[in-house]
Amino acid sequence: MAIDSKVVAQVAHLACLQVDDNETAALSERLNDILAMVDQLQQADVEGVAPLAHPLDVSQPLRDDQVTEPDVRERVMPIAPAIEEGCFLVPRVIE
Amino acid sequence: MHTKTLTELRAGLAAREFSSRELTEHFLRRIRQFDGELNSLITVTEEQALAQADAADATLARGEGGLLTGLPVAHKDIFCTEGVRTSCGSRMLDNFIAPYTATVVEKMAAQGAVMLGKTNMDEFAMGSSNETSFYGPVKNPWDQERVPGGSSGGAAATLAARLTPAATGTDTGGSIRQPAALNGVTGLKPTYGRVSRWGMIAFASSLDQAGPMGLSAADCALMLGAMAGHDDKDSTSLDEPVGDYLNDLNQNLEGLRIGVPEEFFPDTLDGAIAESSREALRELEKQGAKLVPLSLPSIKLSVPAYYVIAPAEASSNLSRFDGVRYGHRCDDPVDLLDLYKRSRSEGFGEEVKRRILVGTYALSAGYYDAYYRRAQQVRRLIRDDFARAFAEVDVIMGPTSPETAFKIGAKVDDPINMYMADVFTIAVNLAGLPALSMPSGFVNGLPVGTQVIGNYFQEGRILNVAHRYQLATDWHQRIPGAFA
Repeated sequence: MAIDSKVVAQVAHLACLQVDDNETAALSERLNDILAMVDQLQQADVEGVAPLAHPLDVSQPLRDDQVTEPDVRERVMPIAPAIEEGCFLVPRVIE
Repeated sequence: MHTKTLTELRAGLAAREFSSRELTEHFLRRIRQFDGELNSLITVTEEQALAQADAADATLARGEGGLLTGLPVAHKDIFCTEGVRTSCGSRMLDNFIAPYTATVVEKMAAQGAVMLGKTNMDEFAMGSSNETSFYGPVKNPWDQERVPGGSSGGAAATLAARLTPAATGTDTGGSIRQPAALNGVTGLKPTYGRVSRWGMIAFASSLDQAGPMGLSAADCALMLGAMAGHDDKDSTSLDEPVGDYLNDLNQNLEGLRIGVPEEFFPDTLDGAIAESSREALRELEKQGAKLVPLSLPSIKLSVPAYYVIAPAEASSNLSRFDGVRYGHRCDDPVDLLDLYKRSRSEGFGEEVKRRILVGTYALSAGYYDAYYRRAQQVRRLIRDDFARAFAEVDVIMGPTSPETAFKIGAKVDDPINMYMADVFTIAVNLAGLPALSMPSGFVNGLPVGTQVIGNYFQEGRILNVAHRYQLATDWHQRIPGAFA
């Protein structure tokens, strides 16, 4: 399952990263090196082994449904790159 | 004052031998004098530090105070600090003034700590050499042509150079312990869930854990007491009582069972590094510990498992950096997708982009079972190996890193070789266990560290082992010549 330039471009699109055409060859080589190392995992006998997502097998605890978050608009809006009338500005999405 | 440990400085403040302002000014002066070269701090918060020092002096004058009142500390630039730039070593957050403060920072401040500044680090904690930082590499105080390790390399270097008596770090695959080893300082990665991750910029959420870095195990015990505890704001922080780490330090080691896994001493390991850790084991044997040879067969797969799980989680965590609400935004985006793509590509460095791509690939349709699911299954095998071992032993020991500090630039074109720097530390993160690195000697003038791994929530025990070792040795007291 080697990665070629086409796969790099596809994955980069999924990850919302811009990869220039002149970078994809070198990048696919690097990614293949990493995947070759990772492929050692195929040696492991994992038959019947449950995946471990949390080291202590703890699941997400529930808490009472209470309001805990204060209104932080005044604090978080000013650090945005572009705002107007309390909204984050992005390029026009709907023509 | 800078040659004293945090524990000694605390006693000095209590005895009014010096004030917190004098102490803080002393370290700020040293930062001005030395850090231009070393590059261990991204931001110095002089004004705030002096204000906190004055407040601490007032508290001490009333005969009051907490665990850290008046003591300077440098925080890794991964912890959000309200009103202060929190860059995470990235161009993406070069302009990010955090709107809130991380729990770790808040808890230490509540105990009276004085923040000197924010330490340099690998970008988003992804690296083992500090060379991926947007702010340039940190130099190793023992040899300035060499790396300090990473990702908490700024923290380790600033401690080794005695520019701060205490620092915080984070450890996802060895990022506290490996730089601690390479700089001759002591660093502890607590049990996963022991310390709140709230306000700590996420890399791989199921592995990330914050911990103390200091000049001795006793200093780390003092800091951990202030950092640890359940936090309602972090659903993965565990509601376990915080130990009395200072009180645990002095227990004798009679009957301590130390597991020595053959996998930590492979034939390929540098003989001098192996000998340094073996010598540490002999010292502990003299104090009554018993060595138990054992095997952890699955840990040979910890690096490959890590390089699926960590990038997968990173690709998800770092999707929040989109150029819309905070952080870097590209100029003149033509449309929304262009805004996302260019902001992210300009904001992230090479290694971060590489890991996002690996993670995205591993999670993409068709590959999930082969990579992510399998890596999580191997993760359980690794954890089970440790569980079996801890049925027989109290701690497990071996070298922290297979090598001493390498030359800046030596591995930048060889990511796989760089990844192997964490071959002895990564398994601990996958299993979620606590582990500490302590200085255990020098090879060719460069520090070597030995790792002490404990069972879940046994931070007190591993700090105790390291403290007893440090009572009998002086490796942790050595200061690099240029910074004496």
